[in-house]
Amino acid sequence: MSNRLINVLVPVISIILGLLVGAVVMLVSGYDPVAGYIALWNGIFGDAYAIGETIRQISPYILAGLAVAFAFRTGLFNIGVEGQLIVGWFAAAYVGMAFELPKIIHLPLALLAAAAAGAIWGLIPGLLKATLKVHEVIVTIMMNYIALYVVNALIKVLANGGFKTEKIHDTASLRSDFLSELTDYSTLHYGIFVALLMVFVMWFILEKMKLGYELKSVGFNENAAQYAGMSVKKNIIMAMLISGAFAGLAGAMEALGTFGNMSTRAGFTGIGFDGIAVALLGANTPLGVVFGASLFGSLKYGANNMPNAANIPIEIVSIVIALIIFFVASGYIIRVGLQRISKKKEAK
Amino acid sequence: MGGFLDILYFIVPISIAYAAPLIFTAIGGVFSERSGVINIGLEGLMVMGAFVGIVFNLFFADTFGAWTPWVSILAAMLVSAVFSLMHAVASISFRADQVVSGVAINLLGIAIALFSVKMIYGKGQTDFIQEKIPRFNIPFLQDIPVIGPMFFKSVYGSSILAVAIAILAWFIIFKTPFGLRLRSVGEHPMAADTMGIKVNRIRYIAVIISGGLAGIGGAVYAQTMTNDFGHATINGQGFMALAAMIFGKWHPIGAMGAALFFGFAQALAISSSGIPFMQNVPSVFLYILPYALTIIALAGFIGKANGPKAIGDPYIKGSR
Repeated sequence: MSNRLINVLVPVISIILGLLVGAVVMLVSGYDPVAGYIALWNGIFGDAYAIGETIRQISPYILAGLAVAFAFRTGLFNIGVEGQLIVGWFAAAYVGMAFELPKIIHLPLALLAAAAAGAIWGLIPGLLKATLKVHEVIVTIMMNYIALYVVNALIKVLANGGFKTEKIHDTASLRSDFLSELTDYSTLHYGIFVALLMVFVMWFILEKMKLGYELKSVGFNENAAQYAGMSVKKNIIMAMLISGAFAGLAGAMEALGTFGNMSTRAGFTGIGFDGIAVALLGANTPLGVVFGASLFGSLKYGANNMPNAANIPIEIVSIVIALIIFFVASGYIIRVGLQRISKKKEAK
Repeated sequence: MGGFLDILYFIVPISIAYAAPLIFTAIGGVFSERSGVINIGLEGLMVMGAFVGIVFNLFFADTFGAWTPWVSILAAMLVSAVFSLMHAVASISFRADQVVSGVAINLLGIAIALFSVKMIYGKGQTDFIQEKIPRFNIPFLQDIPVIGPMFFKSVYGSSILAVAIAILAWFIIFKTPFGLRLRSVGEHPMAADTMGIKVNRIRYIAVIISGGLAGIGGAVYAQTMTNDFGHATINGQGFMALAAMIFGKWHPIGAMGAALFFGFAQALAISSSGIPFMQNVPSVFLYILPYALTIIALAGFIGKANGPKAIGDPYIKGSR
């Protein structure tokens, strides 16, 4: 079996295993897995409205996945996507609400604000990693909580003690009457195009730019990159900046498209953590991320239909997603299994 | 001065109550990471512990009476220990990225717990427990002026247990052959292997211990703080315990000290409005204090915090 085939098979097998174990969990808990998965399917593709909402859900997942994947390519593990997303959400909501500008300036400005906020949030762990060799995993986890509490406090200040910011002006909105009518008045917005544009941007940076070549080199082998004359420090900082910007834009999807404002949160959105799964499943490539995001975005939105249609708690989908991550992470053992099978065939 | 003391009498017991679950979990983290296995999954293991603790308590309150909370803690410990086996298998035997596997444990923990709660109770959270962890007055010590009422009056039994576990963990890790093996496996597994130490077996044991302790931490938190289980029962305590472990430089006593300090920050945050000179400090600063301090500690501004050398690497026999 070729390496390429195995690379494709590992995520596919992981997804199948995840769904199978999910079915077993449903069976053991006394639910009907067939009815469950039919409800899930209908929740994703059932009608034009469901499809619109599913695509809407996919957009932030693409951006969160890009953020994790981009950092991964430079050998960095950005668990801070969640926090970068939250500050991006807030920045976009603030710019959308506080300024009155023509749309052609306002919307890009709000998007830029979100990207910048996310980038700054990513810059701190990047700087610490580059200059003081502090492990980025722990710093980004801590930055997530700092983001959550700081943004909650800022929202309260903005809302004079209230719990949500005012709605953004129409000039900053990603909402689209056209897309909405097309999908039976779902909340589908232009964010999906922003997300797809960023997929192209990531591909372009990594494959067509000197910067991308250096970033990947550092990811492959820090020392080799150093001896070849590249600045490892600069590349680590750049990787975290760009990764944070993608994550911030994921927050802009929620601020400018789906919600139009931001409320104080008791906990995380979960999108950032699911972004890890998206990136893993997509093997950290831009196109792979689109597939990963499509799968997890669909599962997450389609799950909403499960309690009503099949009387199954929505969390079964979270179980399936966690299992898929677990199986992809344990890809080594799947590879070993696949190689054994192919060796047996060759022997015959 | 009297006013200041009153504030301390009020806030120190709350701090200790908040710290106890962090102590258990952080020490669990110390065991796992000292053996070379990163455990980001502490949060999910705590969630599992809180869930099992509360559900067990609700189901068996009539059977065990006043002993219920303790038996619940035991049940939570066992279930979380078994749950942590997933992390052990993935990161030790399957050579998975330990951070990713930990993330999966976190997602899986909360998902399984909420799924089960909805299945059993038909709603998003459980009922409230009736049998809570008892509080004790420690004889003699409580009569000491100033310190007595602060530390030894109406303390949760679980807090006493937490301190005992911290001391026990210190003894095990630094004074027993097992502890020496644990540390050597985390620093230089190949050297340990040459000396005949079963690297992977020690790591399995360490991860399972961390699971059990995080389970206790979760059950203690749920049975002292919230008294029910819902989606936000454990909301970052696992990560705060991780922070305490790092801030305590991977040392059980250090972790306990850090946990106590973080507990103090949390207690201040929730009660700052009632304290005269704290009223003008926005509570957000207190909320982010543990996390900000951890970053500062890692950056080396408070002495260098260095983890075990071989952390994060699966041990592959024969590789260099």
